[in-house]
Amino acid sequence: MNNTILDIQDLKVEFPINIGTVRAVDGVSLKLNQGEVMGLVGESGCGKSTLGFSILRLLRPPGRIASGRILYHGRDIVSMDEKEVLKLRGRRIAMIFQDPLTSLNPLFSIGRQFVETLQTHEKGINKKQAILQAESMLESLGISKERLQEFPHQMSGGMRQRIMIGMGLILNPDLLIADEPTTSLDVIVEAQFLDLLADLCRQYNLTIILITHNLGNVAQLADRITVMYGGTLAEVGLSGDIFHTPLHPYTQGLLASIPNIKLDQPELSPMEGSPPDLVNPPTGCVFHPRCPQVMDICTRQRPPAFQKNGHQVSCWLYR
Amino acid sequence: MRHLAKYIITRTLLTIPMVLILLSIVFLVLRIMPGDPVSSMLGGHAPEKVIEQKKEELGLNEPMAVQYVSYLWQVAHLDLGESMVFKQRVTTAIADKLPATIELTACGMIITLILGVFLGAYAADRRRQVQDSMIRLYGIVIYCIPVYWLGLMLQLIFGIWLDVMPIAGRTGPRVFASTFEQTGFYLIDTLLIRDFAALKDVMIHLTLPAFTLGLTLSGIFIRLTRANMLDVLKADYIIAAEARGIRHSRIVYRHALKNAFIPILTMMGLQVALLMAGAILTETTFSWPGMGRLLLERIYLRDYPTIQGVIIVFALIVAGVSLVVDIIYAMIDPRIRY
Amino acid sequence: MNYSPASALARGFSSFTKMGKKYGVEWWILVAGAVIVLGIVFMAAFPDIFTTFNPYDQAAGPQLAPPGGEHLMGTDNLRRDVWARIVFGSQTILRVSVLAAIISSLIGISMGLLSGFSGGILDRILSLIMDSVYVFPGLILAIAFAAMFGPGVINITLAVSVIYIPTYFRLVRGQTLSIKQELYIEAARAIGASSSTILREYIFPNVIATTVVVFTLNVADAIMIEAALTYLGLGLPPSVVDWGMDLAMGKKFLPSGQWWLITFPGIMISLLALGFTMLGEGLAEILNPRLLER
Repeated sequence: MNNTILDIQDLKVEFPINIGTVRAVDGVSLKLNQGEVMGLVGESGCGKSTLGFSILRLLRPPGRIASGRILYHGRDIVSMDEKEVLKLRGRRIAMIFQDPLTSLNPLFSIGRQFVETLQTHEKGINKKQAILQAESMLESLGISKERLQEFPHQMSGGMRQRIMIGMGLILNPDLLIADEPTTSLDVIVEAQFLDLLADLCRQYNLTIILITHNLGNVAQLADRITVMYGGTLAEVGLSGDIFHTPLHPYTQGLLASIPNIKLDQPELSPMEGSPPDLVNPPTGCVFHPRCPQVMDICTRQRPPAFQKNGHQVSCWLYR
Repeated sequence: MRHLAKYIITRTLLTIPMVLILLSIVFLVLRIMPGDPVSSMLGGHAPEKVIEQKKEELGLNEPMAVQYVSYLWQVAHLDLGESMVFKQRVTTAIADKLPATIELTACGMIITLILGVFLGAYAADRRRQVQDSMIRLYGIVIYCIPVYWLGLMLQLIFGIWLDVMPIAGRTGPRVFASTFEQTGFYLIDTLLIRDFAALKDVMIHLTLPAFTLGLTLSGIFIRLTRANMLDVLKADYIIAAEARGIRHSRIVYRHALKNAFIPILTMMGLQVALLMAGAILTETTFSWPGMGRLLLERIYLRDYPTIQGVIIVFALIVAGVSLVVDIIYAMIDPRIRY
Repeated sequence: MNYSPASALARGFSSFTKMGKKYGVEWWILVAGAVIVLGIVFMAAFPDIFTTFNPYDQAAGPQLAPPGGEHLMGTDNLRRDVWARIVFGSQTILRVSVLAAIISSLIGISMGLLSGFSGGILDRILSLIMDSVYVFPGLILAIAFAAMFGPGVINITLAVSVIYIPTYFRLVRGQTLSIKQELYIEAARAIGASSSTILREYIFPNVIATTVVVFTLNVADAIMIEAALTYLGLGLPPSVVDWGMDLAMGKKFLPSGQWWLITFPGIMISLLALGFTMLGEGLAEILNPRLLER
């Protein structure tokens, strides 16, 4: 059975800047199955958002995909021409962002932004039909349809984020990339929103990439978890496995540094050091300067992905 | 809408102190500064008695505070006094010249806006590419070319060498403004009586001065638009719109430009000041019978009431424009009203 | 270490190109601006190197001779050498515009510091006045002052300087207000630093960096305003050699096609303004690293 929706193969993303080249994503390979929720976690600056943006080819210049392939239903997005990518965006693959206030155009009413999205992709749909469709979408999200005439600044954060997701889903995409969707929400609204996301996932048979630095979010929602570090994949595995038996020293450090009432932690231990310089990344394993279990080989050679207990882990400890 | 009305009223009230200060500065500059208007007008050799009589007549012997109050009182009644040189109300002289200046500035502004906003948005979209560098270079260079010299060079090229454009005045020798003049805006006047030959003549005469003015200020607008567009293009809602599959050109010229236009608009009040300064110089270069020429002619004649009146009108225009700009701003941006 | 002049020069040159790599285009804009400005300043300082003619000599050549031969830029209607008038005219415009910028910066900065630092009713009143003057067309203000003062180098300098005071005032006041709220000022106050110490040690150094940029751009603007005033026939007596006055005089000969009388003074005014603008632009980008992201 081939139910792979997205297959990223050895993706490299670069940002040339004055003093060199930032290798924001450096050789990432990842497969996504239809209908699963993939949590993508890591510290800020580890390349997780860049990875999300490159799936829709939304990298800001001078950022560019240097090499690799992104197969969406078997078609390579990297080599597609711009017109085809435009058809994918919003229609097949939707994306929602960190801050819903700044992700909606402040000068256009909510309704106008819905209509524009619909009319971009469905030729021949008139304004009235588009409004009707937007109204029913809002109602299914528990928002009164009168809100369509309002402007983004007139709404609460939670409502805006629901509108963002409504705008994302109105064209029935099958892949949703959520880039830190709850960071700007308060805790209660955040929980409600994650519940909504889980519902929608089932309802629409959505595949979701949930990009976050908050391990609590992923634990609640994700089927699998990908841990990124310094533009590379550290570890990929089932959600429960990652939480209970993390293999990569970085994953272990990450889990030890967050408070968790379920795990029996003696004390929090924040990780030493800081994320790597991606212009001149460390030789060998990018994590080795901070790794408590560093070995000789780690400084010289980059670890490939090893399979261990159902995890895929890039660490010489599991060779 | 009720919010908007309230905003307009408050904003209008806030204009009053600004106008008062500008009026006071004009008063200070023209009355307290060294140099006695009357003796300089009558020439150094006028007998003391004549000077005294003239001073008495103009109320210049009153205490400064009394003069100041009666000055404000006059201005509040839109009375700018009488010319010291001609038998003519200052308001009449100004009403005669103001339309020419407004026509010139308005056309210059339109050219500036179209050029500046479009080129600036285009440059921002092509950031760091060749087109961007060329447009930025144009912006810097055109900003540094004095408007009066640009006018002279355009006159030289199009008026003398190519000989396709007139270099002076609002109409040609065979077109008589008296046959159509009603509002003083010749573009409108000729349209009103449907005299298209005259309209064409008026437009041809307007072209070089308006372009001189428009080109000069386009540099500033390119720079403003480009900087604002760069900020706006970084905004999340731009990338969010891209993520919904909306066409790039639509995002740049609709979504982004509308947002970038708000800060440009707030700067517009200041730009109008530059525009009027440019108009004075352009009028001199093109012998354009407007406020700038009136001001300079009367400076040479030492006609203080008229000089004062012209400057007051400029001050009122500046205050009025910044008021209007703020109101338009509130109408465009829904966030201001609430 | 070797301290020979040659190696010092080589080191200087390599650090020069290194700056170019670090800052990109902005560095070259700065350098180009500096070259233009220094070139014209040099011309004003040593005019005799550049021309053997006297700018007042009304028998320098034939009347209205076109450029070429002995008269590089031709002669005017009074048989004076245009190039000589360009060379000596640089002295007037540089003197007026730089001096005007210095005067307005001194007044504007001190009033801005005073207003921002003291706050209260004084600050309110000063801000209101400065804001009103700021929105008023500078040229018209300068025209009014020039008309009142009458012609003279000092008078035109004062007339030009008046219009830039609000620019410095607003800039310095705004920065003073924001710095005043910084924690380190609170801390300094808490350990007993006097107001004048805070002003001198903390606020002034912070304000000065942006002021340098504004000053340079201000000179560029003052150049155009000075030439505008003299072009309009205000500000200077006819005995002074000045580009703007030459432009006004050359305008009379435009209809008969004597292009050199307006072309060269105009190019020089533009070039000098361009030099200072580029200098300011380059400085702005280099002193303000935030802008480098763009």
